[in-house]
Amino acid sequence: MPFSFLLLVLAALAVVSYRFGTARARAVAPGRQSQLHSRPMYHGLYAAIWCGVPALIVATAWVAFQPVLVKGLVMGGLPDSYSALPEARLNLIWNDIRNLALGDVVRAQPAPEIQAAADTFHRLYAIGNAALAVLCLALAIAGTSYALKRVSMSLRARNQVERVITVFLVLSSLVAILTTVGIVLSLLFESLRFFGKVPPLEFLFGLHWSPQTALRADQVGSSGSFGAIPLFTGTLLISLISMCVAVPVGLMSAIYMSEYAHRKFRAVAKPLLEILAGIPTVVYGFFAALTVAPFIRRLGEGVGLSVASESALAAGLVMGVMIIPFVSSISDDVINAVPQSMRDGAYALGATKSETIRNVIVPAALPGIVGGVLLAVSRAIGETMIVVMAAGLSANLTFNPLDAVTTVTVQIVTLLTGDQEFDSAKTLAAFALGLVLFCVTLGLNILALHVVRKYREQYE
Amino acid sequence: MEKANVREARETTSETPEGTTAVTDAKIQAVRTNVHYGDKHALKDVTLDIRAGEVTSFIGPSGCGKSTFLRCLNRMNDTIDSCRVSGTVRMDGEDIYDPKIDVVQLRARVGMVFQKPNPFPKSIYDNIAYGPRIHGLAANKDELDEIVVTSLEKAGLLAEVKDRMEAPGTGLSGGQQQRLCIARAIAVSPEVILMDEPCSALDPIATAKIEELIDELRENYTIVIVTHSMQQAARVSQRTAFFHLGELIEVGDTEQIFTNPRHKLTQGYITGRFG
Amino acid sequence: MSEMTAVSGTPGRRTRDLVAAGIGRRYRAERRFRIFGLVAIASALVFMALLFMSIIGKGYSAFVQTEIRLPVAYAVSVIDPDGTRNLDDMRRANYGKLYRDGIQSLFPDVTSRQDRRVLNGLVSSGASFQIRDAVFEDQSLIGKSGEIWVPASDDVDMLVKGKIDRNLPESARRVSDQEIAWIDALEKDGRLATRFNWRFFTNGDSREPELAGIWGAVVGSFLTMIVTLALSFPLGVATAVYLEEFAPKNRWTDIIEVNINNLAAIPSIVFGLLGLAVFLQFFGLPRSAPVVGGLVLTLMTLPTIIIAARVSLKSVPPSIREAALGLGASKMQMVTNDVLPLAMPGILTGTIIGMGRALGETAPLLMIGMVAFIVDIPGGFHDPATVLPVQIYIWADSAERAFVERTSAAIMVLLTFLIIMNAAAVFLRGKFERRW
Repeated sequence: MPFSFLLLVLAALAVVSYRFGTARARAVAPGRQSQLHSRPMYHGLYAAIWCGVPALIVATAWVAFQPVLVKGLVMGGLPDSYSALPEARLNLIWNDIRNLALGDVVRAQPAPEIQAAADTFHRLYAIGNAALAVLCLALAIAGTSYALKRVSMSLRARNQVERVITVFLVLSSLVAILTTVGIVLSLLFESLRFFGKVPPLEFLFGLHWSPQTALRADQVGSSGSFGAIPLFTGTLLISLISMCVAVPVGLMSAIYMSEYAHRKFRAVAKPLLEILAGIPTVVYGFFAALTVAPFIRRLGEGVGLSVASESALAAGLVMGVMIIPFVSSISDDVINAVPQSMRDGAYALGATKSETIRNVIVPAALPGIVGGVLLAVSRAIGETMIVVMAAGLSANLTFNPLDAVTTVTVQIVTLLTGDQEFDSAKTLAAFALGLVLFCVTLGLNILALHVVRKYREQYE
Repeated sequence: MEKANVREARETTSETPEGTTAVTDAKIQAVRTNVHYGDKHALKDVTLDIRAGEVTSFIGPSGCGKSTFLRCLNRMNDTIDSCRVSGTVRMDGEDIYDPKIDVVQLRARVGMVFQKPNPFPKSIYDNIAYGPRIHGLAANKDELDEIVVTSLEKAGLLAEVKDRMEAPGTGLSGGQQQRLCIARAIAVSPEVILMDEPCSALDPIATAKIEELIDELRENYTIVIVTHSMQQAARVSQRTAFFHLGELIEVGDTEQIFTNPRHKLTQGYITGRFG
Repeated sequence: MSEMTAVSGTPGRRTRDLVAAGIGRRYRAERRFRIFGLVAIASALVFMALLFMSIIGKGYSAFVQTEIRLPVAYAVSVIDPDGTRNLDDMRRANYGKLYRDGIQSLFPDVTSRQDRRVLNGLVSSGASFQIRDAVFEDQSLIGKSGEIWVPASDDVDMLVKGKIDRNLPESARRVSDQEIAWIDALEKDGRLATRFNWRFFTNGDSREPELAGIWGAVVGSFLTMIVTLALSFPLGVATAVYLEEFAPKNRWTDIIEVNINNLAAIPSIVFGLLGLAVFLQFFGLPRSAPVVGGLVLTLMTLPTIIIAARVSLKSVPPSIREAALGLGASKMQMVTNDVLPLAMPGILTGTIIGMGRALGETAPLLMIGMVAFIVDIPGGFHDPATVLPVQIYIWADSAERAFVERTSAAIMVLLTFLIIMNAAAVFLRGKFERRW
């Protein structure tokens, strides 16, 4: 790739300027290096920064905005008859042009104006990349020579370098903020467009979900309905099942590990349990769909129950197992935070171990455990692959764990995979679902972190 | 009065303790008890009688093994993994470290109050009722209520809390919390109450109340108290044992220990030359 | 109290009796509770064992593949009818005819068009590539005839591996009696063998299970991980250093901190939505590209690395900092020369764990189109690609019976990578862990 290559060249140039910088600094003060304000290394870094950073900033900005610019130019260059077309159609044409220009397979023979546009596209990119390369190299050389000129006994190279690093540190810490802002903005923006097509109340309280929209505008009978309640209940049902597995098993394992287990047993069993947390969710999904679900179905048939082949029970069970290590590690933390004096108090009264745990430790640790469970619930709600693979697509409004249900995350995946334009209500619905998911999990997290913090303060 | 077990610090190794088995009114007898924490020899050959119906206090500088010895008496040391206890500790003539002895039953007979008040994060009522509940001491709610009220009364806390029995025990003041813990221990009707520096976290007024309480409880219970306040030992106890570096240096009537110590280490400690 | 005394002597005596009376019941409850705990741990471990056993049991057979030894006549008329030895023309030649002729020559009595088609179906269509590659490797073959091992079709493979039950009635299995007869005949002639399935490791994806391999996905994963590592490590460490060493304690840094903690708990699929809306729609980056996957996974992994790095920085004792500052180092020098090197093992451990999580991540990559069917091995960061977990997802969704074993085998490969990474993390932690 030209861009990666450009980066490599810039990196190489920066190394060269570093060499020049250190050499220059040594040359400025031959034999009396202690009189330099900063050590030669910093002069080298100073030169390298002047070489690389301006060019890098320009290159990044260029790469970020070139596509937008090119798109404007290319689409503007199309014959006037195109500008009247609806946006969705234009997007398809844009895709065609891009595929054509990038040499991807295009089904039919393209129209001449499309071919011309593709050529323009190609040319613009070629010019752009060349210009970028020249500009970057020029900047790099100019920067280096400026820096080398400034190298002197009194140049405060170290301070300058440190200032640049500090700026980098501050900018890095902004990435996390920007991510959140990006998530909120993109979800909000697309959701608002969705709510322009489907009223929010219908979305939040509608009982019927079937997002099949018309392929053509004149098609009848499949306008799609976006009542998300069945998704919410499905998500809740599966989360509930998973909590029924994860909370007792996770909590009891944590209790056994921290209060009963022999040190050797703990040394073996604890890492083993943690392996469960490291298994990718797609593996759980595969296991749920291929092994657990058929097993549950056979079991159900054995006792005369009709079980859907993609039952909520199977997905929930497996998800529960996935969350066990999470619950148990949080419980372990909060149980260990209960002061020893509580245990001593109970033991001194003649309580047995289990009485101490059940009547004193667990109640004392309860806020922490509740916080941990809230975090676990938020995980279950946001978990995707297990349900995509093991729970169905049928949006049934049911609380029967043997039925198939669908969840918010499953629908997001289904709505956004496969080929479709970006602006249909169907794809936008995925962002609205994403917004709901984001708000719910965020709320749960904030609540849980608050509860846990309050709990820790209590015993500090 | 029986002869005190005066043991010279540097001559203990081969000496057979005298006068330990002959005593008839000893509630607890420890014979050549040793405690190790891992490699650390924390208690060395302690032989001591604790008499029924008296307050015995253990004094000595920090780390001298007095708390360790106290925790041997209801086997609280069992909860510490690295801790090993050897020797014999007899209560009413039964070796409490005998494998046949059940530690739950033992602790029901030997209650304990800790340095820092440690009420459970439950209501005042539930704190007191905890012991009777787990041991099944009350046949019904009325009996349980009665136990709670009597225990609080004996601990001198009833007047202060009778209107808020359902309030959390952790909401009380430090002194009240400690009396709550005493009441909690009393509620099981133990025979012996061990107190591990029960006033060290309290202000003087609360301390005075607790000391008063200890004096009243002496009628019904055998009490062992660890303290590093010599005045406290002098005020509340009838017998005092002085520990130093894991060894029992001297034991005797409180008055005798404080007025006429036989060992010069004891003398040095009570006159404040070290500690 | 007095009434108690009246019942059974002293209160202590009464306590002793009551406690003794209840002790058996209480110890039974104690044992039950203990057993619950053991059962909880055991059930989690049993589940894990079942999971591994099921996957290994299903997947190990994918590492071998049934192959058929076919007689092939490398006919000039088919490979190079013009006699020019033009490589481009030769590449386009109809090698399919060669293997079809080969299999038919083994069963000369099969004549009807229909039967012949079924017979051809025993051999994988990948045989034509195999023959082509043989020709390109040794052009002297042209005009001669010889024997060549080619992959059998997935149904044959499944039958030979015993995954299709011969005892089922014909209508209930995918392989007809006639085909079974042919397969048995081939086997009797020694023309059927299961050999190591190198295609599984070197091929890209394919619609034909016997030709599908994980190499494309492995390369895709590798490219994606490079982007993720290259971005998330410096950014994560820089953020941690800033927050831990330089940032003033104020509202703003509080917000950053809360924000990072919350990001760590946001469902991964939301990051996929972000990637779709921002990187694909707004910045117009290509769909299905490792660079976008890497960007999305970077944002997802950052909180993990930041949190681990902060913990690690925190554990460097203040005395080290004071010593450095006391010797006249600037704050930056203190951090880069003294604190960071000491914190580095912890930071690396956290990074490896974060990378492991990113390597196993599927959901956000589905959002940015890495779920496409891609045959070619990606050659760069902008080429369409998929990654190992997504490949697993794609195969798990495929109908063919033979994809089940391949999915399981791909899972085994993925888990192997993860185990190696985690072992590295554990090793690092063990080797460099310091107690101050």
